Amino acid sequence: MAPQGTAEERIAAKDLTVAFGPRVIQSKLSFSIRQGSIFAIMGGSGCGKSTLLKAMVGLLRPASGTIAVDGENYWAATEARRAAISRRFGVLFQSGALWSSMTVAENVALPLQMFTSLAADAIAILVQLKLSFVGLAAAASRMPAELSGGMRKRAALARAIALDPQFLFFDEPSAGLDPTTSKRLDELILELSKGLGATVIIVSHELPSLFGICDDGLFLDAESKTAIAHGSPRALRDACDHPTVRAFMERGRLNTVRAQGSQP
Amino acid sequence: MSSATSRPPGWRLKRQGLTADLQLTGDWIASETGIRSAAEVARILDEADAKTLRLDASSLGRWDSALIAFLEMLRDSADTGRTQPVQIDNSGLPETARRLLALVSAGAPKAANNDVPHASLTTRVGEAYFDTWSQTVGAAALVGETALRGAAAFARRTRTRAVDVLQCVREAGAGALGIVALVNGLVGAILAFVGAVQLQRFGAGIYVANLVGIAVVREMAPIVTGIVMAGRTGGAYAAHLATMQGNEEIDALNALGIPIFDFLVLPRIAALVTMMPLLYLYGCAVGLLGGYIVSIAILDITSAAFMEQLRSAVAGTQFAIGLGKSVVFGALVALAGCQIGLRAGRSAADVGRAATAAVVAGIVGVIALDAIFAVCTNALGI
Repeated sequence: MAPQGTAEERIAAKDLTVAFGPRVIQSKLSFSIRQGSIFAIMGGSGCGKSTLLKAMVGLLRPASGTIAVDGENYWAATEARRAAISRRFGVLFQSGALWSSMTVAENVALPLQMFTSLAADAIAILVQLKLSFVGLAAAASRMPAELSGGMRKRAALARAIALDPQFLFFDEPSAGLDPTTSKRLDELILELSKGLGATVIIVSHELPSLFGICDDGLFLDAESKTAIAHGSPRALRDACDHPTVRAFMERGRLNTVRAQGSQP
Repeated sequence: MSSATSRPPGWRLKRQGLTADLQLTGDWIASETGIRSAAEVARILDEADAKTLRLDASSLGRWDSALIAFLEMLRDSADTGRTQPVQIDNSGLPETARRLLALVSAGAPKAANNDVPHASLTTRVGEAYFDTWSQTVGAAALVGETALRGAAAFARRTRTRAVDVLQCVREAGAGALGIVALVNGLVGAILAFVGAVQLQRFGAGIYVANLVGIAVVREMAPIVTGIVMAGRTGGAYAAHLATMQGNEEIDALNALGIPIFDFLVLPRIAALVTMMPLLYLYGCAVGLLGGYIVSIAILDITSAAFMEQLRSAVAGTQFAIGLGKSVVFGALVALAGCQIGLRAGRSAADVGRAATAAVVAGIVGVIALDAIFAVCTNALGI
């Protein structure tokens, strides 16, 4: 288990239940996320990982329970207050969700134009900086439709960090990317979050990125509709005895063994 | 992290021979204290006037991208655009700031010039000409393809599914009954009212039946129904196909080898071409009913007299002309909607533009075609 209780607690969920109408997706979730950690929300497809993320970023009101951000009850706050808290969030959506009628640079500039009083030239400098963080400075004037999948993800990442958020949420960052590109994106996420001092929450079922970058986490189970394990992906792989978790993690080990076995 | 007051960012420069120390102070938060300008950065370098500039972050407050932007500008202008390049010593910076700086320089070379060169007038005129020409060719090709594939459809050699045609028929036909009735009924009533007020002065009130009958059957019902369908269905076709384009759904059809034309265009054209005449007849009935109600209400004529007058005024050829127009208008509206939708770009704004263009093309086309019909029927003497 990762050391707990020493660092500052930034997000705390208590007895959280997320549901679509009468259909409960996950219930009785309690966890806390420490400052600077990279927190994984793990589990198989369809277990409600993205739904939990939606509840955390303000897109879906939980059926019951609380989420506290820096000690403040997020869903009990007024709408204006919630928007103010959300300004500390940066979200990277699964498909990037770039605004298709704006160039990459305009996509990154929009949050800055809406939420800061910076002059146009200062915004241009910041946009250029954010795009060079993700290696897309040369693609600033391109439209999202002209970008490759990996570039689209990186452009969306540049938009997510436009306001220097304290929390970064990633929904399946490596979905649809080849292993090399997804590894490079993982490294970028790691570098950026360390550089910005941000706390990162990642929804993923990609074992390499889970083991590579996450230092804390939560394992959701589709059958029992609750969290069945807490801790970093590596610790769960090495020490967790729950059969579902084992099956999930073994898949990775089998792959590794197979990959090693195929080497001459 | 979120202290209420932030100190303005600043710096102190200490020169020691060939090295200068730049001590950074205050809070460097982009949204609170802004971004330093390139002129300020240049001034620091001028003042330092040293071979090496050592950065010192020991009294630095909170910081975010604003600091990185400043450091990047400093690094940029230190080795370009100076007679003597200045060495920047980063070792006094926080580890995290150094990481971010490394990330910036690891990125691809900066875009030299993002401005799109301004096209000259001749270029723009030329482009507009070629654009219009290719659109005309595209539209003509679509008409041709419609004729060919439509003929093939009668020989049951197309891959059009009946279920798609029926779905389109339901949306374009039954779904439009309400609005077609409302608009046509009102037009008929207005015609009768205007006609009655004028004709009554000459004691020729009974001729309102002729006026309403000929105007509705020959002109108003086809035009009004065509315009309603252009706004209602043509726009929907364009938006639907443009959204499919944006979602790569059209690419998926192409990749599977399903012909776009048979699968998407033909059902829509077939639906509108068959539904428009029916909607026209329905619109005629409601328009004449509107005229009849107003005539009976404000003129001193009997119901039987109105009917008799109407029957003698409106011959079968009037209906034939109206029906012919409605078939052509239906084809036009469906073709315009599909053609514009299939040519649309892939962004959300393009969907909106496609819907607008389809409605405009449909309405203008209906009215222009009606004028051509008027000229032709006049020449033929019918």
